[in-house]
Amino acid sequence: MSYLTEDSETRLIAQARAVRETIIQMLVAAGSGHTAGPLGMADIFTAFYFHILNHNPKDPHWVERDRLILSNGHIVPVRYAAMAHAGYFPIEECLTLRRFKSRLQGHPEREVLPGVETTSGPLGSGLSQAAGIAYAARMDGKKFHTYCLMSDGEQQCGNIWEAAMFAGRNRLANLTAVIDRNNIQINGMTEDVMPLEPLRDKYESFGWHTLEINGHNMEEIVDAVETAKAVTEKPTVIIARTIPGKGVPEIEYDFRWHGKPPTKAEAEQFLIALRSLGGQVHPSDHA
Amino acid sequence: MLNTNAQLHSNLFDADALLAPTRDGFGKGVVEAGQKDERVVVLCADLAESTRAEWFQKEFPKRYVEIGVAEQNLAAVASGFANYGKIPFITSYAAFNPGRNNEQIRTTASLANLPVKVCGMHAGVSVGPDGATHQALEDIGLMRMQPNMVVIVPMDAEEARKATYAAAFNGKPTYLRFGREKSPVLTTAATPFEIGKGYTLWESESPHVAIIGCGTLLFEALKAARALEAQGVRTTVINMHTVKPLDTDLLYRTASAVHGIVTVEEHQAAGGLGSAVAEFLAEHRPVPMEMVAVRDRFGQSGTTVELYREYGLDQQAIEAAVLRVAKR
Repeated sequence: MSYLTEDSETRLIAQARAVRETIIQMLVAAGSGHTAGPLGMADIFTAFYFHILNHNPKDPHWVERDRLILSNGHIVPVRYAAMAHAGYFPIEECLTLRRFKSRLQGHPEREVLPGVETTSGPLGSGLSQAAGIAYAARMDGKKFHTYCLMSDGEQQCGNIWEAAMFAGRNRLANLTAVIDRNNIQINGMTEDVMPLEPLRDKYESFGWHTLEINGHNMEEIVDAVETAKAVTEKPTVIIARTIPGKGVPEIEYDFRWHGKPPTKAEAEQFLIALRSLGGQVHPSDHA
Repeated sequence: MLNTNAQLHSNLFDADALLAPTRDGFGKGVVEAGQKDERVVVLCADLAESTRAEWFQKEFPKRYVEIGVAEQNLAAVASGFANYGKIPFITSYAAFNPGRNNEQIRTTASLANLPVKVCGMHAGVSVGPDGATHQALEDIGLMRMQPNMVVIVPMDAEEARKATYAAAFNGKPTYLRFGREKSPVLTTAATPFEIGKGYTLWESESPHVAIIGCGTLLFEALKAARALEAQGVRTTVINMHTVKPLDTDLLYRTASAVHGIVTVEEHQAAGGLGSAVAEFLAEHRPVPMEMVAVRDRFGQSGTTVELYREYGLDQQAIEAAVLRVAKR
């Protein structure tokens, strides 16, 4: 039995497509930024902002909110897009991404845009911050849950394993990490650049409960998080298998799309590809 | 003569003057801050005894967090604590904290503008026998260059206690620098301390040269000032415990009243207090200046006395610098 009803799943799938469209539009407008990662994480961010998180977009500083920490700040366009669709700020503001004076900085800053929780970009320190929040919250008997979304490439950082050791030793059950296991990083495939496998075994041996899912299946995403919350004796890591560039078949799996935005002409093609998914939306539906 | 307003110990030049390491002041101050406010927590990277984090641990075991030998995690976990609403002090040797975790401090504390209190112990060459690896001489510069970060270098254990307590409640990312070795306790409970406000320790009549220093070397500066006065060279000695934000009002007034300035610190000349003073004066009130500081070298093993002599940081070096600047 799933925690997700069929209706909710249908709603989330449509929402994720809207988030992907916004991501492509904002990257074209910005003229720089990362494409593959944000598209690959659109389903997970949508699941969080529209189903999992206990949050209030109108009150981003609400003290009892769940904390969603994004460690690999470079995929922040997906977070901005999901936040805008969830009502944190107007969707039009997404087009200011990476512009001078914009609240949507190239990498997220907590003081600039309420709701992004942390300032991140330099890889490898998000899990530590999430662990610090979870530890402090437990000291005060707070009931909220802390989530940390990470990339797979940043698992090469020593700081990640310092944090993994700390969270495991302190049995931070109110902490759940999600690794975007898309197998690419800037210089190529992770297993060619600096192998991570067996990644699941590594976390197991550091005292974590581990799960592995298809990161594009809403039911699996929601069920894994519910399972993680039910594990009360240790932190959980969800290794989410994702396809970089997911939704645009032309760039899926291609590590060259890690760090560049589409051109205007490419974006038009990408949007047609996205809207044609499953034949449910026709390109001509949108001007 | 000693500035009476500073309410210093009257016997501070005597052989029986009270001695204590500034890290002891941290240990006391952080316990006091912890008694005052339960948001105060201490995180430690496997150096509880030598950093005096242990004093807090004994008093508040549930608010003491062991990180192990993992300084990057030390800084970033603390940012998580501060992000939640705690007031975390992170403790290790300055060579590693902020020496090793500079980027984590930069991104997750300074840029994020969270009140993480970075406590760098065993700073400077005075840590002695441990040698160059453990003698942080770049830490003031590293921390001073980060926007939002406050930088405080207490000159004795009593001032370290007050600085630690004050830093707990300033709402800002803050770097506090402490030494390992015992040094004279010059200040008393009545001596004023306010972050960002320097003050005069010694003033000859109509001073010709101002000695502006931070940290325990100010005792060497005071001995130099006394010896110089006996030779008819008039100086004033200022405790600039807060390197950032610099007390530019005091600096401007002082530079306007004297012929030249000598800065004194146990740090590289590049990036430290001397640099900060020079940056301000060059733009606003240029006067002849000399820096008593380490000149682009690493430290080495030795006693504090031997190393102060070798690196030109002791009373004689300060006197020589004053005489040089007086003639320029």
